[in-house]
Amino acid sequence: MSARHLRGIDDVGADGLLRLLDLTDHMAEVGRRANPKVPALRGRTVCNLFFEDSTRTRMSFDTAAKRLSADTMTLAVGSSSVNKGESLRDTVETLEAMGVDAFVIRHRSSGVPWRISEWCTASVINAGDGWHQHPTQALLDLYTIRAERAARGAEGFENLRVGIVGDIRHSRVARSLTEALVLLGASVLHIGPRTLMPPTPLAPSTDDLDAALADLDVVYLLRMQLERIDSAVVPTGEEYSRRFALTPERAKRLGENVLVMHPGPINRGVEITVDPAYLPGSVITQQVTNGIAARMAVLFDLLGGVDLDVGSPAIGSGGAAS
Amino acid sequence: MTEGKRVLGPDDVRRATTRMAHEIIERNRGLERVVLVGLQRGGVWLADSLGEEIARIGQPVPVGSLDISLYRDDIGRRPVVPGSVSSLPSEIDGARVVLVDDVLYTGRSVKAALDALNDYGRPDSVQLAVMVDRGHRELPIRPDFVGKNLPTSLGESVEVDRDGVVIVDAAETSARDGGSR
Repeated sequence: MSARHLRGIDDVGADGLLRLLDLTDHMAEVGRRANPKVPALRGRTVCNLFFEDSTRTRMSFDTAAKRLSADTMTLAVGSSSVNKGESLRDTVETLEAMGVDAFVIRHRSSGVPWRISEWCTASVINAGDGWHQHPTQALLDLYTIRAERAARGAEGFENLRVGIVGDIRHSRVARSLTEALVLLGASVLHIGPRTLMPPTPLAPSTDDLDAALADLDVVYLLRMQLERIDSAVVPTGEEYSRRFALTPERAKRLGENVLVMHPGPINRGVEITVDPAYLPGSVITQQVTNGIAARMAVLFDLLGGVDLDVGSPAIGSGGAAS
Repeated sequence: MTEGKRVLGPDDVRRATTRMAHEIIERNRGLERVVLVGLQRGGVWLADSLGEEIARIGQPVPVGSLDISLYRDDIGRRPVVPGSVSSLPSEIDGARVVLVDDVLYTGRSVKAALDALNDYGRPDSVQLAVMVDRGHRELPIRPDFVGKNLPTSLGESVEVDRDGVVIVDAAETSARDGGSR
């Protein structure tokens, strides 16, 4: 059996992303039924290992696994109690001995999912590691963009212009989404304070949101970590909002087909000062709904055909074949 | 279409479709609450053709499609390649569903389709229409409407579309997705 993983966007090519998006269509159809559950992963066990607080991502993965009829185990621990390599490895090996087919991992340190994939034969899915990667968030965002643009009569990622606004430097969401969008041929602009841009640019950047706004098809607002406000990098919340928040004035200048997205949870009054419920282009709720379908697609792709090394699964074997 | 032994041509397929349409109408007098459901992907064109014929001879009936990839009993044994997303045109509760597929072979796809259908509702009855019954059943499933009974060996596979029915050596098609049928 070859271990296959979704640790970062690197584990999937452009073709793999597109195939996962198509698979997500099937899962979204399941989600629209009166009984949104299929027997596809009966007998498989998915273990959610969350070393960092997360309610929505954990519940989204848990729901996704259950809708595929997989069994789920959840271990949520403060990263302080299990953060030394040895005890982390013990935890993983112990859980795997209980019969785990996939680990879903959230950890405050970058690279932990890669380490864990070296220690076990189960599939590893990264649910967010440090400032590094959050590939299922990128997948659900791509799916939301594709579905919502199709509903507005636009297709394809090639001519798409996405502005990601906020703290790019510390955002795993921005990193994964940027990589994925660029793979699919979209153009990405990073918008935010110069101090919050990554040292190695992933995309062109600007600190002038107002100038950039007119040329965007998607405005993707990042959550502004409150602890960074009032620090040296961001002077004050008002200053940040004045320059980078989606204000009612800026919202009025958006074209009618421009999508407004946010990975949640929203800091109202910081990165957005208008009620998203009144924004016609807001697809923030759809992102949450689509998150379950996208994670179902990933789980099914990794666990639905692992015993045979034939065909071309969307997610490649991450080097750890056995 | 792959080279192989052609056993039906386009005219034969058209005639068989027309005959099956008549049989479906006769069996379901009045066509009330009849829904045609093609199995993704091979059964969809036949469900469409039967729908056109039934509309021409009798009256229009809803035509939909069902993707069974999440219900297969061989998940984990081979890669699953989903067809298009399921699209059921009307209420399944109380409907008289005619499942439509191109080839009936082991019966496992039909079993998966029955499981899938069950998740959408409780039909009054379910019937089965196939263009080719090639035998080798592994489950107690039989068709109600058959275009052509075609004895085959396990080493062969059968390809069906609007242009006809062809028997090919499985070796030639084993590299393709979907496996033998």
